[in-house]
Amino acid sequence: MKLIFERSRKGVRCATIRPLEVSTYSVEKKYLRKELALPEVAEVDLARHYTELSRNAFGVDSGFYPLGSCTMKYNPKINEELASLPGFSRVHPRQEVDTVQDSLHLMADLSADLMELTGMDGMTLQPCAGAHGEFTGLLLIAAYHESRKDTKRTKILVPDTAHGTNPASAVMAGFEVVNIPSNAEKGVDLDALRAAVGPDTAALMLTNPTTLGLFEKNIEEISKIVHDAGGLLYYDGANLNAIMGVVRPGDMGFDVIHLNLHKTFSTPHGGGGPGSGPVGCKAMLAEFLPKPSIVKDKKGNYEFSCPKNSIGKVSTFYGNFAVMVKAFAYVRTLGSDGIKEAAEHAVLNANYMKAKLEDIYPTENRYCMHEFVVDIQKLKDQTGVSAKDIAKAMIDKGIHPPTMYFPHIPGVIDESLMIEPTETENKETLDEAIAVLRELYDLAFKDAKYLQEAPHNMAISRPDEVAAARKPIVRFEGEY
Amino acid sequence: MSNYLSITEQEEKEMLEAIGVSKPSDLYADIPISLKNKALKIAPGKSQQQVMEEIEAYAKENVVFDSIMRGAGAYDHYVPSVVRYLSSRSEFLTAYTPYQAEMSQGILQSIFEFQTMICSLTGMEVANASVYDGSSAAAEAAFMCVEKNKKVILVPENVKPEVIETMRTYLSRRGIEIKVLKESEGYIKDGKVDTQMLEKAINENTACVYIEQPNYYGIIEDAEFVCDMAHHKGTKVIMGCNPMTLALLRSPADCGADIAVGDAQPFGLSVSFGGPYLGFMATRVNKDTMRRMPGRIVGQTTDGQGNRCFVLTLQGREQHIRREKAMSNICSNQAHCALVASMYLSAMGKEGLKEVATTCTSLAHYAAQQFTQGKATLKYPNNNDFFHEFITVTPTKAEKIVEKCAKEGVLAGLPIGPNEILWCMTEKVRKSDIDKVAEIMRRA
Repeated sequence: MKLIFERSRKGVRCATIRPLEVSTYSVEKKYLRKELALPEVAEVDLARHYTELSRNAFGVDSGFYPLGSCTMKYNPKINEELASLPGFSRVHPRQEVDTVQDSLHLMADLSADLMELTGMDGMTLQPCAGAHGEFTGLLLIAAYHESRKDTKRTKILVPDTAHGTNPASAVMAGFEVVNIPSNAEKGVDLDALRAAVGPDTAALMLTNPTTLGLFEKNIEEISKIVHDAGGLLYYDGANLNAIMGVVRPGDMGFDVIHLNLHKTFSTPHGGGGPGSGPVGCKAMLAEFLPKPSIVKDKKGNYEFSCPKNSIGKVSTFYGNFAVMVKAFAYVRTLGSDGIKEAAEHAVLNANYMKAKLEDIYPTENRYCMHEFVVDIQKLKDQTGVSAKDIAKAMIDKGIHPPTMYFPHIPGVIDESLMIEPTETENKETLDEAIAVLRELYDLAFKDAKYLQEAPHNMAISRPDEVAAARKPIVRFEGEY
Repeated sequence: MSNYLSITEQEEKEMLEAIGVSKPSDLYADIPISLKNKALKIAPGKSQQQVMEEIEAYAKENVVFDSIMRGAGAYDHYVPSVVRYLSSRSEFLTAYTPYQAEMSQGILQSIFEFQTMICSLTGMEVANASVYDGSSAAAEAAFMCVEKNKKVILVPENVKPEVIETMRTYLSRRGIEIKVLKESEGYIKDGKVDTQMLEKAINENTACVYIEQPNYYGIIEDAEFVCDMAHHKGTKVIMGCNPMTLALLRSPADCGADIAVGDAQPFGLSVSFGGPYLGFMATRVNKDTMRRMPGRIVGQTTDGQGNRCFVLTLQGREQHIRREKAMSNICSNQAHCALVASMYLSAMGKEGLKEVATTCTSLAHYAAQQFTQGKATLKYPNNNDFFHEFITVTPTKAEKIVEKCAKEGVLAGLPIGPNEILWCMTEKVRKSDIDKVAEIMRRA
């Protein structure tokens, strides 16, 4: 594919603006740049360029996307239309508060629904992504301990199966990370946890269901151990889709949570973002939430306020507002009944695929939640075909590969695929994917090389990632 | 009611049989019963038609102004139809982060093109695939500059207040001090940074200086002087830029900055009550900067047949590989906003972007002149080097002026003091609207 710069031809124009209605102001010469390089293309060239790029991209609308941990459910179109209404999209963030009552009303109502859904007492919508939410939530925890003069709580406990963002966020929030090993059932090892907690424990970060797609059965005991030691419990909401409407993190003992509106609440991932990572908390943490918060006055008007001991701002304005509108439309469409049904079907779909695959793709011998992790180690030992090879071969079949090599517990889970079908897929799609995975398994024994060289039908074959990192080319350096 | 499921009752039955349970809730056996199934106080589901009506009603009472003369971090520019149309293609919108390069070349190439355009505007050699917004970009950049014994970030007061606040939130728990250099202490003169005063504030503990171009007051800084002096004193400079102004202004690299950051919202993204916006970061390539840069970076390479292709690269910096040793925790970014921005830049092109920037600054200078015909004055009358934002001081209260403008369908500038207003003109503002506001200002 040509780069947009390679389509550039000097002097060609695309979009044009109203002619200047006043005399031209000339910025003083010493401040001016000498040259500017940007592509010059006609509108038709632009349209064809991006249409070509889009044909070499794959979204949920293109096909099945069982990318574990990412909850690639269908993104309803009504949400897009609503978010682009002029009453939302053309409103400036610094307008006077009496002119943005509807925006605040929507944010307050979305917060209330999310609090109810998670069992929390406070909520901020300001974080722009899940990791941003983790960071925010951990700052709440730090502020809480500090406010109690409990300043020795410098450590965050993180299971070895946690998302990489968990330990990275903990360090950004100024904590040290202590890794907690998994037990034989791939849950938190309670003895290791008991040994790790103490007066220096600030919190334990946990995903439940875990990154293996299993419900952490000992959650009540875990909560007790952490709380008895004076620590708090942080909920990574990446896997909420399995249990929304069924069980609430707040009832499980979690004190702080983040949600991923771009996973659980159907807003599109956009090729990597924007997301939205609201943070909820129990009452004792609400005074530390980011500013501004939204409150309702006696007359029923909304206004901005600053929580008493706010951690401050984590982003410029109020978060990714347009994403909030989409998530709100989703919550209102599903409602209390639909939310639970969606979770149940996410779990149904995952267990169906698991049941149809586990004779050849080994996985944990219990019901999974919304996703399951299959172990490819034996297949690799027998045939040399790796998790990556299976993944790449799925691309040829028009299926986005599952998440590869995560979670990684060295010596326990090395070669893995994490499959999350989501609730919006129908049985036929699941059956096709099951058939593909079974076919590829058989093929591994017959023609391993074919799989090791997959994909075969895409515009490119496997890229040389080592060369990319060794001598990075990170921009187009040609003339245009 | 719609729940976006598409499995029939018959199919559900077959699936349950295959699993060996009688109903979906049986699959939740691992969840303690005492915790399960609390009734949710959330409204029951509605039809799509009802939801459309309900949420449309939420958008009705917000005031949508015909003309927006307010900036202060959110800029109302014209967005060509082709940008909205092409960027909403679902292959872009509904894709995940391009981990699987073979089926994501379109997304990867679009990011590579975005990186190239940001490098072109900033004069830098490497840009990342985006961060959340201009504030988080500034905070992440400041962290890139911190060294063991250099943990103080100097920030003059004439930058966006939200950036200062976000930097504090991001960095204070890591033992990093944000020192704000106040106008009242002489660090800002005629609206811009006083380089000599700034020099006195720099010492061996200074990690970097953060300045904005143009600054919060709309004034063009003598960035080259600041960079030269700072480098002489052994400290780095981060320049926070409104990238629209870079169509005309010298690039941060040309001025000598070490890192350029900012919010590229002006490039095709609607103001949208504050988000999603588009943080960008760019720097020079030297031994450590590229490897300390947070966020995704797309690199060019070849496939097995020697075809040019693109991949996520230098992932050794990132959380999913490095965990607690990562440079940042960022995972999801603002990729789709970056796509919109590169489409916008391609649609405007080199000449179009210069026209937009020229129009903005010309309208702003016309407005500043027209607004100060009566008792209103410019806050910094000795400094005419502002771009498309400027501050007026009036005997009349700022909020009164805002009210009067609102009656004319104009969102006035942002009151930043009882009698001070920070105005912004973009190419969307008409001369006739400026003249209307000039009338109000003449009586202010």
